[in-house]
Amino acid sequence: MSHSDPHSEGPALGHVLPLKMLVGVLVALLLLTGLTVWTGQMNFHGWDLKIAMVIAGIKATLVCAIFMHLKWDRPLNAIFFLISIVFVAVFLAFTVLDTYENEVNVEALIESKR
Amino acid sequence: MTESSATSHVHDEHVAHHFDDAAQQFETGKLGIWTFLLTEVLFFSGLFVVYSTLRNNNPEVFAYAAQFLDTKLGFLNTCVLLLSSFTFALGVRNAMLGQTKALGINLVITFLCAAGFMGIKYQEYSHKYHEGLLWSGSEHSVFKANLDDVHPEIRAHSSVWGDAQKLTPEFRHEIGQFFAIYFCLTGLHGIHVLLGMILIAWLLMRNARGDFGPNNFNAVDFGALYWHLVDLIWIFLFPLLYLIA
Amino acid sequence: MTLDHKRLGLMYLWSIIAMMFLGGAFVMLIRAELFSPGEDFVSADTFNQLFTLHGSIMVFLVIIPSIPAALGNFVLPLMLGAKDVAFPKLNRMSYHLYVMGAIFFVASMLATGLDTGWTFYAPYSTSESPAHRAILFAVFGAFVLGFSSIFTGLNFLVTIHKMRPPGMTWFKMPLFLWAIYATSIIQILATPVIGITLLLVAVERMLEIGIFNPALGGDPVLFQHMFWFYSHPAVYIMLLPAMGVMSELISTYSRKSIFGYRYIALSSVAIAVVSFVVWGHHMYVSGQSVLVSVLFSAITFFVAVPSAVKVFNWIATLYKGSIRLTSSMIYGLAIIWLFGIGGLTGLWLAALETDIHLHDTYFVVSHFHFVMVGSAIMAFLGGIHHWWPKFYGTMLNEKVSLWGASLLFLGFNLTFLPQFIAGTQGMPRRYFDYAERFEGYNQISTVGAFLMGFSMLLIVANFLRSIRSGKPAPANPWGAVTLEWNTAPIPDPHNFDDAPVVGDPYDLSIFKWDEAEGGYVPTRPVPGLPYIALPNADSTESQH
Repeated sequence: MSHSDPHSEGPALGHVLPLKMLVGVLVALLLLTGLTVWTGQMNFHGWDLKIAMVIAGIKATLVCAIFMHLKWDRPLNAIFFLISIVFVAVFLAFTVLDTYENEVNVEALIESKR
Repeated sequence: MTESSATSHVHDEHVAHHFDDAAQQFETGKLGIWTFLLTEVLFFSGLFVVYSTLRNNNPEVFAYAAQFLDTKLGFLNTCVLLLSSFTFALGVRNAMLGQTKALGINLVITFLCAAGFMGIKYQEYSHKYHEGLLWSGSEHSVFKANLDDVHPEIRAHSSVWGDAQKLTPEFRHEIGQFFAIYFCLTGLHGIHVLLGMILIAWLLMRNARGDFGPNNFNAVDFGALYWHLVDLIWIFLFPLLYLIA
Repeated sequence: MTLDHKRLGLMYLWSIIAMMFLGGAFVMLIRAELFSPGEDFVSADTFNQLFTLHGSIMVFLVIIPSIPAALGNFVLPLMLGAKDVAFPKLNRMSYHLYVMGAIFFVASMLATGLDTGWTFYAPYSTSESPAHRAILFAVFGAFVLGFSSIFTGLNFLVTIHKMRPPGMTWFKMPLFLWAIYATSIIQILATPVIGITLLLVAVERMLEIGIFNPALGGDPVLFQHMFWFYSHPAVYIMLLPAMGVMSELISTYSRKSIFGYRYIALSSVAIAVVSFVVWGHHMYVSGQSVLVSVLFSAITFFVAVPSAVKVFNWIATLYKGSIRLTSSMIYGLAIIWLFGIGGLTGLWLAALETDIHLHDTYFVVSHFHFVMVGSAIMAFLGGIHHWWPKFYGTMLNEKVSLWGASLLFLGFNLTFLPQFIAGTQGMPRRYFDYAERFEGYNQISTVGAFLMGFSMLLIVANFLRSIRSGKPAPANPWGAVTLEWNTAPIPDPHNFDDAPVVGDPYDLSIFKWDEAEGGYVPTRPVPGLPYIALPNADSTESQH
């Protein structure tokens, strides 16, 4: 922990990020935004959404790890944040699974009545 | 206060009485703000669930409706917000190093970016309103199930009116739902941007008062975490709304 | 205004009791109406409003905040040996939000016409209806109360993580704290979802956005998914803290270390996690797909395991214990019976085919009252009786407390056992009228309900009397070992002069009942426990 070393420059608590790193992250984020706009205009045959989400995920990881200091924080904070994502995933998975299943059932019903 | 509790550490004006020391206060505050961000993620998750369900039900509707969103403005707004996140992160760095003047400048830039974001958002919203690109329950919507219900003004001015007439009533409803979730997601996000602007203004005020320095930057750090989360959510909203081919 | 967690806890306590009486008054009218078939006291419309207000007030304003906000606020920092919760200002804000939510609900009551049931199901809640204002008030009220609950949970979670005294490792925490910790996890993860759901209902009502309303292409089953993603875990927001109180009561009044400490502690967290993946068992007849229903049913059975682990451990703790039948212990023992019934009937409802038969009957009504009242409210009352000496530094009249507890238990069983039978025979819930053949069951129910009402009056009168003229309480009247008993009879505003020394929270052999002293005395010297290590010399003097 940085606060155990009183001789280092800067604050007693927290972690000072190098300027270069912050600029680098900004540039990477802007490039990835450009990339996602470009892939959005292409047609990847059903992979579009997945590609867009992977790019967004990389951007989110950059923001979390660097801008939000998670890389240097106590792991507990990162664990909490990951837990929120796990629960959102559960929420999404069950609800979407149900809608999808119902859709299939409804279509089968319509088909059988023809 | 008892003397015994004060002997273990030097009195620090920035440490509240119920904490042992500044480190405990910092770590506690940090976990608190992260827990709050966790609740924010779950708060937005409800809308993402609605989005997924609707899109899953009618993928073709979403693909069709997304063409009415301005990708250029969306891209611009993404860049503005990313820039603001960057300047806020710089601000935190300044606060830690005691560069209060630079902190002030970076907070002002962040605030201006946020205002710019809301300005662009306003452009988009007003354009949608004038074109009648709204949920079908709205009075001004061009996507009414019954075409006779469409407001005369919208019929006269909206460039979408011609297309809308060719669609089936059901399809119009479903496009309306796309715009419902579009406005819910961006609206809730916009409210968070506005709250963030209030937060930044408050930080600026405190900075002007000389509150922040290497020993006391918690408020800036925690405010920045909130702001980054607002940015994070937009990172997902942009492709989900604007980039549906 | 105060930032002291103990004062805030007591403010919560009295606000919650006030709301309990409001919600209770509604149910007295409901039971009076149901005494015989046909329209007796109130019309069908009024009846619908009565059960809606009863349900929403009892859920959002009474049970959810009861143990965490009232007892938790008072006890949690004391048990942790901390000076306060992590964020005292946020804590005060939670209370203000609670009051604001209560005002919204009262406004909705005055606006009249709220008859959606506490669940606010779409499309009824989003459709055209005269009760526009009442529904909006209630929805905003529940929204605000959600934030109150979130902030309380956040505060406790962070407090438990960061403010434990040196020496108190996770597995040296009293089980009440484990339960509150698990509750906080649910509060912060689930409550935001009800916030956004209710916000969408309000927006749907005001702007007709067509997300839930099928007339505009919306999906009402989606509303149910979102609603129960919160509201099922919310059952455990009510129940987990009750289980925490139980562990304290059973151990203290059996004079025995709790059996299976680690299992009880971890089962709280297990319940919290699993409770998130069972919500669909409320939706078997809503048109939910078969595959998802089967999944939810299977996982629901799984949640019974950690719940049963707790019950078995409590019973094992009682075994060969030196049981003292104080009023708190009466509540504790009652809960083993009541939660046993409430929990097991839940399994019947979790089974797909029996639920089709029992859905929306009085069987369901009885089941969830066994859990929410029979377990959560009973534990709330048991906890109040247990910690009362610390609240005002006075004792309750034990005789009255015993009467109150016993009559409440009797009244409860009279009210709800017959409803199981009426339910299996097909009596539907939420109707102001019923078939002749159910009259007998309903009359017993109504008598029981009035007995419960009477015992509640008795219990609260006893509280008030104790504040006015109760005997001064010794610092540690029950010979308990958790840190809150290591404070002055009325704890100081900053709780502890020195960071307390932490030991085993369930080593009850430290204290022995001393007939001559009329209280508990330590069997061996314990360093660092100034209040509990000394015989209660000063407080026993003042009693004479």
